[in-house]
Amino acid sequence: MIDVNRKGEVWVFGEQHGGRLEDTPIELMSKARRLADKLNVKLAAAVLGNGVDELAERLIHYGADKVYVASNPFLERYQTNSYAKVMCDLIGKHKPQIVLYGATITGRDLAPRIASAIKAGLTADCTDLEIGDHKGQKGQLHKNLLFQIRPAFGGNIIATIINYDRWPQMATVREGVMPPPEPNVNRRGEIIAEKVQLTQQDLPLEILAEHKRAKKVNLKTARVIVAGGAGVGSKENFKLIWDLANCLGAAPAATRAAVDLGFIDSDHQVGQTGTTVRPVLYIAVGISGAIQHQAGMSGSQKIVAINNDPEAPIFQIAHYKIVGDLSEVVPKMIKVIKEKTI
Amino acid sequence: MAYNCVVLIKQVPDTKRITGEAMNEDGTVNRAALPAIFNPEDLNALELAVQIKDEFGGKVTVITMGLPAAAAVLRDSLFRGADDAILITDLRCAASDTLATSYILSCAVKKVDCDIVLCGRQAIDGDTAQVGPQLAEKLGIPQITYVEELMELDGKSIAARRNIGAGWQQVKTCLPVLLTVTGEANEPRVAAAKKMMKYKKARTPIEVEQKIKAENAEANETEIKEFIRHKCSELEEKGLLIKQWDLNFLGADLSWCGRSGSPTKVHRIQSVVLAAKESKNIEPSGKGISDMIHELIEDKTIS
Repeated sequence: MIDVNRKGEVWVFGEQHGGRLEDTPIELMSKARRLADKLNVKLAAAVLGNGVDELAERLIHYGADKVYVASNPFLERYQTNSYAKVMCDLIGKHKPQIVLYGATITGRDLAPRIASAIKAGLTADCTDLEIGDHKGQKGQLHKNLLFQIRPAFGGNIIATIINYDRWPQMATVREGVMPPPEPNVNRRGEIIAEKVQLTQQDLPLEILAEHKRAKKVNLKTARVIVAGGAGVGSKENFKLIWDLANCLGAAPAATRAAVDLGFIDSDHQVGQTGTTVRPVLYIAVGISGAIQHQAGMSGSQKIVAINNDPEAPIFQIAHYKIVGDLSEVVPKMIKVIKEKTI
Repeated sequence: MAYNCVVLIKQVPDTKRITGEAMNEDGTVNRAALPAIFNPEDLNALELAVQIKDEFGGKVTVITMGLPAAAAVLRDSLFRGADDAILITDLRCAASDTLATSYILSCAVKKVDCDIVLCGRQAIDGDTAQVGPQLAEKLGIPQITYVEELMELDGKSIAARRNIGAGWQQVKTCLPVLLTVTGEANEPRVAAAKKMMKYKKARTPIEVEQKIKAENAEANETEIKEFIRHKCSELEEKGLLIKQWDLNFLGADLSWCGRSGSPTKVHRIQSVVLAAKESKNIEPSGKGISDMIHELIEDKTIS
């Protein structure tokens, strides 16, 4: 258990696999930088692995003032116990006030194990973070706390969670909700090599095999997305989504309902349980706009919605509302785009 | 070789069915207006445990922490193949966050002889996926999260395939272990008619008490106590008494339970109101669509 430490640094867990830095620590950097500046403390990253020194430089380019590097053959591959042990040791030694993790499979496996071991609070799957003050029930004022903002109840409410008495304040942050900063290769920072004390006992898992496949589509970086919902009707009709996406150079996407109906692979899923996207243009076709779907796309700069039901909730957030039959509207759009953009 | 499995389950509000009526004016959720259901992925955890029992023998114990009404999901578990059910209910559990919840559950699991602890990957009311790993840490055992297939059990060790996002990983570790199970792992069986006939009368002591008090309004306290004791021992003889544990029975350190055991607190709750700042109705005609596309090209949204 770590006491409140107002001078503590802001930390980002520098998740890497096989020497490749994940997107999430980079995405976290710009927000974490702002939190650290507001608190007037240093921003640090913690990188665990084997021979991962060069990742430290990159994290500095993205905004870290310091990087703690724990390099050891026992950390070659991620395992819950070994990584949790090293992170607990580092947190105990340096007493950061905030520790952030990407809400990736690894982050969601690791962070709760750490939180339990050091008896700290942890908020899952945050979509935003801020620094703010909290007035307790007895009127006591807690200044400059980490506001951990997340959807709850299936996305129907937004809760702001705080943690004022047992530190560090820890949170996992949803992938894709924070835009990554531009790297600055001239930035300089401090790299601190940390000694690691691990034994075979800290590696209870034997990793028998692993298969990683590239995602079929990268929705996070797509400038334009064309998404289809259950209203598209069938896998055959879903070709309209692909065609419209193709002529716009856009990424095809779908709601959970469309994925569950087998119209398209789950790699294309946008929403609470899929990918969070923030494209310049999001074209929603045959999507009613369940709150779970909106949670993953409401950050789009412009939204075009096509639905035959004028009451569909998607129209509440759409900038361009087209009430009509998608099998007529989409071909018309394709025709116009082909004419205009050639 | 038989295995004893403990499955941690949760009764949750059906968040997929939230409508306007389920929201209070202050933006909080009116839980009473929502149907309470068996957390979906906990059903997958239970199914995996029952499959292990079917193949290797052993016992499946389900545990839930919640209000007395959570007995419904325990009965449902008995219908689906669980052998024993335990309700942890205590007002001092209220306001527990994931850390306090995992502490209380760890006290309960330590009272049960078990080789494999199973949880659903996450519950649909909070979607945190934290209690499983926190519980594994408190029990001092390894965890395998996001399990989508059990590959092998050989007495001392377990191998499983876990989902790692875009891909999978096969891992092996020694028992005891904690697994968190995803919705892809299996198709949960439905309640068996025979088991339903048997267990539909299963009750927790608190349910017995509520019924006896309602039916014997004029009886005095001593009589009521005697009725309850009698009914509970009758149920126990038939194997129909759902165990009910409180924090005293668990020997839990109260400073780690409920609000005092929960580092995270709610600062603010807001309802989600999303609205576009400016919006336009577009006619589904050739002209309407053409004008819209033209506008999107003009402002460089598309090129």
